Amino acid sequence: MIRGLAWIGFLLCFALGLIFPWSKTPLIMALCYGMASLGVAIMMRAGQVSFGHALYAAIGAYSVAFMARSFPSLDTFTLLLIGVLGSIVVGGVVGLFVVRYRGIFFGMLNLALSMVVFSMLGKLYNLTGGTDGLRINRPAFFNQTLERDAFETSLLLLSLFFAALLVWGIQRYFKSAAGEALAAIKSNETRLEYLGLSARRILWNAYVLSAALVGLSGALFGLVQGLVTPDIGSWFRSGEYVFISILGGSGHAFGAFLGAGVFEAVKLFAAAYMTGVWQLILGVTLIIVILLAPDGIVGLLQKRRAAAGAST
Amino acid sequence: MPAALFTFLWGSLFMSSDLMLLALADGVSYAALLFMVSLGLTLICGVMGIVNVAHGALYAFGGYTASYFTLMAMGHAPSTFTLFFCLLGAAVLVGLVLGTVLETGLLRWVQMRDPVQQLLMTFAAFMVLEDIQRLIWGTQPYSAPDIIGRLGTVNFFDVTYTAYQLIVIPIVALLSYAGLLFFLHFTALGKQVVAVTHHREMATALGIHAKRIGWLTFVLGAFLGALGGAMAAPTTSMVPGAGADMIVLSFAVVATAGMGQISGALLASLLIGLTRSLAVYLAPEWEVAVPYLIMVMVLLMRPNGLFSVAQARRI
Amino acid sequence: MTILLETKDLQLSFGGVVAADHIDFTLRRGECLAVIGQNGAGKTTFINICTGFLKPTAGQVFFDGQEVTHKLPRQIVRLGMGRSFQLPQLFLDHSVRQCLEIAAVGRAGHLSFFKSLSDAVDPHEINDTLHLVGLHQRAHEPGIALPEGQRKLLDIAMALMLRPKLLIMDEPTSGVASDDKMALMDTVMQALNERDVTSWFVEHDIDIVNRYATRVAAWIAGKVAADGPPAQVLANPQIQREILGHP
Repeated sequence: MIRGLAWIGFLLCFALGLIFPWSKTPLIMALCYGMASLGVAIMMRAGQVSFGHALYAAIGAYSVAFMARSFPSLDTFTLLLIGVLGSIVVGGVVGLFVVRYRGIFFGMLNLALSMVVFSMLGKLYNLTGGTDGLRINRPAFFNQTLERDAFETSLLLLSLFFAALLVWGIQRYFKSAAGEALAAIKSNETRLEYLGLSARRILWNAYVLSAALVGLSGALFGLVQGLVTPDIGSWFRSGEYVFISILGGSGHAFGAFLGAGVFEAVKLFAAAYMTGVWQLILGVTLIIVILLAPDGIVGLLQKRRAAAGAST
Repeated sequence: MPAALFTFLWGSLFMSSDLMLLALADGVSYAALLFMVSLGLTLICGVMGIVNVAHGALYAFGGYTASYFTLMAMGHAPSTFTLFFCLLGAAVLVGLVLGTVLETGLLRWVQMRDPVQQLLMTFAAFMVLEDIQRLIWGTQPYSAPDIIGRLGTVNFFDVTYTAYQLIVIPIVALLSYAGLLFFLHFTALGKQVVAVTHHREMATALGIHAKRIGWLTFVLGAFLGALGGAMAAPTTSMVPGAGADMIVLSFAVVATAGMGQISGALLASLLIGLTRSLAVYLAPEWEVAVPYLIMVMVLLMRPNGLFSVAQARRI
Repeated sequence: MTILLETKDLQLSFGGVVAADHIDFTLRRGECLAVIGQNGAGKTTFINICTGFLKPTAGQVFFDGQEVTHKLPRQIVRLGMGRSFQLPQLFLDHSVRQCLEIAAVGRAGHLSFFKSLSDAVDPHEINDTLHLVGLHQRAHEPGIALPEGQRKLLDIAMALMLRPKLLIMDEPTSGVASDDKMALMDTVMQALNERDVTSWFVEHDIDIVNRYATRVAAWIAGKVAADGPPAQVLANPQIQREILGHP
């Protein structure tokens, strides 16, 4: 059922983007948030909550920025690939250390690392443009330079493609042997070890995967904004990813995108009708979700379906 | 990175003594502020097991309220003492009101939930409070530095520094520290707080009112956070985002020292404050990153923090 | 009979308590060993050391000819040692069936990112094991819904899925209702016999020890105080006094 919902959701996205051209950028941003939150949700499956995953968004985004400025002829796909590869490499190295930690210490170490990078990005003005950031000119798509509108439509299609691929792929991963073993770490790591499996290795694989997702989201974000600033790697951004994962619910890979959709929608409408209170509304929403629906939107949907199934 | 570290250490040997003293003075005053805010955070961490992201909002509200009280008082030719009590009063008010709202209105409902949900609750509260702060005081810098001028400057070894930053803030920080320790170890109520920290169930079984103690501890921690903001307010202009910067910085102190380590937080604050201050003079690009670099290095070596006690192994 | 497990001069202390006091021990293939002793005598510590969960301060452990003293639990498991726990260690968020499936992929050692968990294992083997321990009716319930006795069965079944050469069971019937104890042990021991698995279990219930064990080892204060056929050990006056509680 949720898969059907996902299809409808993505098609709706596309339709909205075509009908309201101004909505393309926020839609792409929502999809980026969804991808990143899905990355965080992967680690949350094992009970590991990272408060520093925005680090990989920064790496993805700034890799794209550096490359685009040094080699202006690179096209969109290459740039995205570079962004993702950068995140995978860093994630692989960081992951080696970080998977030894559990609980709050995992979260803290990730946070600390992201803050180091965040601080450096803000301070190394000559390299990174400091808090003003770096501009990225629109790269080519299939050897064609596009006008703004066409570029955004292409990015929207690309993001939708990635999002759909990820929902399908990550959901499969969740149900796979590796994904279930990952979830087993949360309930009983000792038992997993006594079945001959290495929790650290399973976690490392998941960590690199999550870094790749967040890196992709950062790279796309940079491209659609045309600008990367250190904020993309701030602790607050990491917190938003966790927020969205909980809001959407970790029961299904589409949950992250549901959460991101609600998140961006609230931001948009609050900005339009009630300036300056979007954080307040989102904060209250999170409080309500935690109190009443801790399994998120997906949790609610799954419960309703189970109830409907039981009564038939 | 090793090159920068090397330059840093080498440079600190060759710094002129004037600059060194200035850096020292900067470091101590910064560490004192950091310590006050971290004190509240680590107290709440240790007793309630919650990482309170909203602590940043307590800091900010303390600062804004303190400035507000000061501005109001300035219209009536106040004495220096009055100005000081404006700051203190603001901290008490914010600590009591916001602390109670947060603890009783919000956190108590998720007491039994997993720590991530509790943390997200405080994160959500932080978001709400940031907007409320903006609604009340706007986005323009808000400053009330009058008390600093009143207290003048001090001269030591050819270096001039404001008395407020060099003397008043560290004294208040030390008094808070001593006061908290005295409270926890020598008063009946304080000992109950310690009991609840170590074993909530057992404490309740012994007749201690865990709920009331929880409220008291939280309000105390909130007061300390707000006090940090109130004391900081005259030295800077309050702007949106001040709370966000402070929470992650004080968290670095708490994580470095170990959650719930009060004396450890003092040492960690000094370590971070002095190192950062030296960095400002020797390697300015690294200044903002320094606290987090220290945090990373400490966590890699001792994940529980520098001063935490090793926990008993349960097989 | 070939030697399956051997320890030489094993030592470990916790603070002032000597948990393992120069233990030399040998276990042969095909044996059914019962370990008895008071709480705190070091029976579980010995298991923890042999399975790699704890490292001894001195001494060596050999399993199937290889030294395993400093190996990790998962490495030792791979060599053929399975274990069930005093407090059943299950995956409470997963269903009974999934617990066994995870054990099966653990044995295979290869985790697919793509194939679903149920597709990655042999459903017949899972079904057989479920029937063996009588849990096939509850296969889709979460582990958390099972009563204690069935949790213990599931714990043991998970260890069985590993097709171990040696199965160590720490108090398999503790926490199980008295009426169900014999049924549980009958089931388990029959399965072990069928599969030619050497067994080692820690027990407080002497009836069970008498009924199933081919050999009894008694632990007192970190040392093996008596070791031999059940009749011999259980008749030993020191054992009767200190462990069995006879005056």
